[in-house]
Amino acid sequence: MALLTVQGLTRRFQGLVAVDSVDFTVTPGTVHGLIGPNGAGKTTLFNLVSGVLAPSAGSVRLGDQPLDGLPPYRRTALGLARTFQNIRIFSEMTVLENVMTGLHTRLSATWGILLRSPGFRAEERQAKAKARDLLAFVGLSEAADIRAGDLPYGDQRRLEIARALACEPRLVLLDEPAAGMNPAETHALLGLLRRLRDERGLTLLLVEHDMPLVMSLCDRLTVLNFGRRIADGTPAEVRAHPAVIEAYLGTGSHEAGASREAVK
Amino acid sequence: MLEQQLVNGVVLGATYALFAIGFTLMFGVMGVINLTYGVYFALGAFAALWSTQGLGLPIWAALPVGALVAGVLAVVLDTLLLTRLRRAKAPELASLMVTLGATLFLYAGMAAALGTEIRRFPAEVFSGGAYSLGDVRVGTTQLLILAAAIVLMLALLALVRGSRLGLAIRAVAENPDAASLMGINGALMLRVVSFLSGAIGGAAGVLVGLNFNAIQPFMGEHMMLRGFAVIIVGGLGDLRGALLAGLLVGLAEVLTAAYLSSTLKDMIAFALLVATLWFRPLGLFGRAAAKRA
Repeated sequence: MALLTVQGLTRRFQGLVAVDSVDFTVTPGTVHGLIGPNGAGKTTLFNLVSGVLAPSAGSVRLGDQPLDGLPPYRRTALGLARTFQNIRIFSEMTVLENVMTGLHTRLSATWGILLRSPGFRAEERQAKAKARDLLAFVGLSEAADIRAGDLPYGDQRRLEIARALACEPRLVLLDEPAAGMNPAETHALLGLLRRLRDERGLTLLLVEHDMPLVMSLCDRLTVLNFGRRIADGTPAEVRAHPAVIEAYLGTGSHEAGASREAVK
Repeated sequence: MLEQQLVNGVVLGATYALFAIGFTLMFGVMGVINLTYGVYFALGAFAALWSTQGLGLPIWAALPVGALVAGVLAVVLDTLLLTRLRRAKAPELASLMVTLGATLFLYAGMAAALGTEIRRFPAEVFSGGAYSLGDVRVGTTQLLILAAAIVLMLALLALVRGSRLGLAIRAVAENPDAASLMGINGALMLRVVSFLSGAIGGAAGVLVGLNFNAIQPFMGEHMMLRGFAVIIVGGLGDLRGALLAGLLVGLAEVLTAAYLSSTLKDMIAFALLVATLWFRPLGLFGRAAAKRA
């Protein structure tokens, strides 16, 4: 069964239809890419899936659980985590504290905090240990006690991923994870994202403009243009799809193709 | 006599610090200057007054009553006044004006309902006597005020800086959207913060009422001006800064009254405020961000 099912998802902003009855499904254990030219509605779609925006129509399901109408924090508790295009770590906290905010939903005691019960203390220790494990996984162990805002850019991105993992997600949404990275950082990111899928069995849905990254990482792609889904399939299928070529290269190539037809 | 003045100054300063720490917490997390804070201060004092007069409770039991009543009122008012504005992402000025209007309404309502004459705690509240250390005299009530203020402030600091609930609160303060996507219920955290700061404000009202033995509806209004001075001197949103600045302003007031003139006393907090804005505009310990609650 699909891990994420998006059906007829639509969002209108006054006159503009930013996302227009989009359907797609994400298979568990895969990396699914969402691509399309600027303004195609990718980020809006992300916001609809994560619950930051309410859809005008359509539905989103995680497994067999409908997410419609749930606020973001409830979706996170159900197994949906997200990173942002513009990094949104808590820069005034330490790196370790950032990861611990992600553990919030997974820990039971809230009032135990005030009582400082032994159960709570044990849980707190486990939480710290788990946060350190996650930092080790993304390669930030050394930085645990640094103020997060002082980390270099690439490391902030990895911290954001570690924080998302702390929510114990089934599906991670990554909004342009390679944005603003240099080639070396992008390469390291590619390795990290593959390890998320292969070592942790996670499912990833990502929006990304870096085509070499998308083509080598993703198992499946959904292509949007002007809010509509224009193609869906493996990277090889999508690359050969006429509508995709047209969307990326403009109608000129279509006309060129048409005139070639005419010549024949 | 200096030792005696220092003792009085520390006691007064501790109540200012307590008042300011709740105020700055509210600002630091919500990002809104909530003027109704002065109402919680006055209402906490009245609730404790009724508890001692009407129910015959001892003052140590009346203090949590005052805090609780004020905390609950803070949650109710925040829900009524600010929830919709937050949802609509209204500008800060709109929230400020709404709380200003509500505050004027509530003070007038309290004055009409309770009268404006100064009320005093029953005499048995102060029956604890005093301790003498050489020339320095410390009343039991003063000790209670000091102990309660210190315990409450340390508890709040421990909660915000050292617990997971505090971590969630700080996450909401820094970035509500990201916090929500970490699975943190932001609306619930804002209610928790409203309750905590309202309760701290109410407790400060009880202790200040006790210190001067004078309670009346407008006590919050006078305190708010001083509260502004303290949280700006301490750095907006900075809990530890508010604590130290509160002590500083309390001490400065007492020493000014003792050695210069009591008419200058009310000026000193604002002199400190102007000096701080002049030399350290981000507060005594200031860094650039306001959201360090």
